[in-house]
Amino acid sequence: MTDAYNFAYLDEQTKRMIRRAILKAVAIPGYQVPFAAREMPMPYGWGTGGVQVTAAVLGRDDVLKVIDQGSDDTTNAVSIRSFFVKTTGVATTDKTVDATVIQTRHRIPETPLTAGQILVYQVPIPEPLRFLEPRETETRRMHALEDYGLMHVKLYEDISKHGHIATTYAYPVKVNGRYVTDPSPTPKFDNPKMNNSPALQLFGAGREKRIYAIPPFTEVVSLDFEDHPFAVQTWDNDCALCGATDTFLDEIITDDRGSRMYVCSDSDYCQDRQAEGHQGDQSSSGSGAAA
Amino acid sequence: MYVAVKGGEKAIDNAHRLLAEERRGDKEVPELGTDQIKEQLGRAVDRVMTEGSLYDPKLAALAIKQAAGDLIEAIFLIRAFRTTLPRFGYSAPLNVENMRARRRISATFKDVPGGQVLGPTFDYTHRLLDFALEAEADERGDAPFPTQTSAEVIDLPGNMPRVLAQLSREGLIEAATPGTDEDTAEVGDITRAPRTFPADRDIRLQTLTRGDEGFLLALGYSTQRGYGRTHPFAGEIRVGEVTVEFVPEELGFPIEIGEITITECEMINQFSGSATEKPKFTRGYGLGFGHVERKAMSMALVDRSLRADELGEARTAPAQDEEFVLSHSDNVEATGFVEHLKLPHYVDFQSELELVRKMRAAVDAAQDNQTDNIEAAE
Repeated sequence: MTDAYNFAYLDEQTKRMIRRAILKAVAIPGYQVPFAAREMPMPYGWGTGGVQVTAAVLGRDDVLKVIDQGSDDTTNAVSIRSFFVKTTGVATTDKTVDATVIQTRHRIPETPLTAGQILVYQVPIPEPLRFLEPRETETRRMHALEDYGLMHVKLYEDISKHGHIATTYAYPVKVNGRYVTDPSPTPKFDNPKMNNSPALQLFGAGREKRIYAIPPFTEVVSLDFEDHPFAVQTWDNDCALCGATDTFLDEIITDDRGSRMYVCSDSDYCQDRQAEGHQGDQSSSGSGAAA
Repeated sequence: MYVAVKGGEKAIDNAHRLLAEERRGDKEVPELGTDQIKEQLGRAVDRVMTEGSLYDPKLAALAIKQAAGDLIEAIFLIRAFRTTLPRFGYSAPLNVENMRARRRISATFKDVPGGQVLGPTFDYTHRLLDFALEAEADERGDAPFPTQTSAEVIDLPGNMPRVLAQLSREGLIEAATPGTDEDTAEVGDITRAPRTFPADRDIRLQTLTRGDEGFLLALGYSTQRGYGRTHPFAGEIRVGEVTVEFVPEELGFPIEIGEITITECEMINQFSGSATEKPKFTRGYGLGFGHVERKAMSMALVDRSLRADELGEARTAPAQDEEFVLSHSDNVEATGFVEHLKLPHYVDFQSELELVRKMRAAVDAAQDNQTDNIEAAE
């Protein structure tokens, strides 16, 4: 831990400003609260919003877990975790159940979250309407008037063109029956986990300077139509390492002749299952499947 | 094989070591000192200070060294340092009229009170590579530099009135601050409050000052080529030193806290008039730390274009679109989001992959025949 900077890098005034934004966000679930995001020592797009939210909520007794694409071992997760170790000295963990604060990019852990945990999302584009309407002045007006017709038209056009809704990640949700909200680019597979979660979900977008939140036990509904209900992705395969049938699987190309294997994107969940004795068809003794 | 897909701590450590090695280059060549960068790569230092929003030539030089000459990376380093600094307060407005100018030109009048002072400029050099610079100075036997300092050449605090003030006296140009609420309102601070639209001019000017030079250059250029034409003239450009004053609350009067070098550009633009108002010229304003003429001029062009609404002009061109310009001018934001595409996106991509396969399978099924599945088996 370094003494050259304040605990968790940001000065206390900045942290208070961020906490005020978080409180407002919690009070108005799904509403994007503008906040004066600071420059951070990692680039925009690397999770500066999530890092600022984490820095603002982290205390000395917290246990931090950082994942990217579901894994604790991806380079950016390693880098953000070591940033907080350096600037706070807090304990870190790979175990979802042991963490009090989990910062994530693109996934929600497979292990159900519990009350008292905080899940911090890194958000690139917080505005769910942005790709339908590029102007902030317009989208803010649309949220204010609860004018979400454009989004429904877009989903309808998907169905008329493809026969189903062709959005697979950053799939829009309605929070607490009011605000249409972007779940950050998590796969729609994770959307149901946001609904009535006992954990507090905080979303930080640094470059776009927005914070929003889903308080514990809040209704989160994925947008759909009665005759085209929302459904999550499924795979024809099981996890090759732990045999799980109900997780989000990464496809891994194993040679240049088209061989591939599927493994859990949530590395902690997968390792837990393996430790419990679950096996996939390539899990034997760590030698790895021959290509 | 599976493990190789996920990165790790060791890979990052090694990458940083390789980066440090590459930055240092051939160890046979002496290491570059930050004082050498500060003294001999001044224009790079000035750009890093301007877009980094921190006036500190020494730190800017260090950032340039650490960034191996990548100026946007250096700007980023400065921003990340600056953001941790406590805020004591805001200086009094600069008195640019009292600038100790090294360079001051007007393209609108042949001569102006205070005179045209060419000063140090590339403007009239012939862009021929000077191969003699490849050798060290003592080998070249250079003639000594002129001993007169710039202060002796032009000793004119107080007698260098603004060129645009001459026009203003005759009412030929709008007032420096057009009459709006902004006159009395507190000046905004884009580093302490999130941007909202529509933005006031103070916020626009702050954003433009730290905006990317290349982006503003291209936008300014586009206005000259018909995309939101504003008929600009360089009314006045000055480069030199100004005193920074600060009013500590406990004293209640201004004290000098230092001197900075700035470049200021005031553009004179096409006149507007209406049934009730006589035609007059309008203004665009540019300012930056150090000697940054290209930046200051580009900024002045874009500032003027962004006033389209205020002046009742049709907004048709990118340079007139406030949201477009202000949201995309910051190169630290831009480079971050563009380069973040290097981060893993397997989860999102997996979702898309699955969808495309499903859609292709649906097409195949619909075709309802025995086309061989070469593609599906790819």
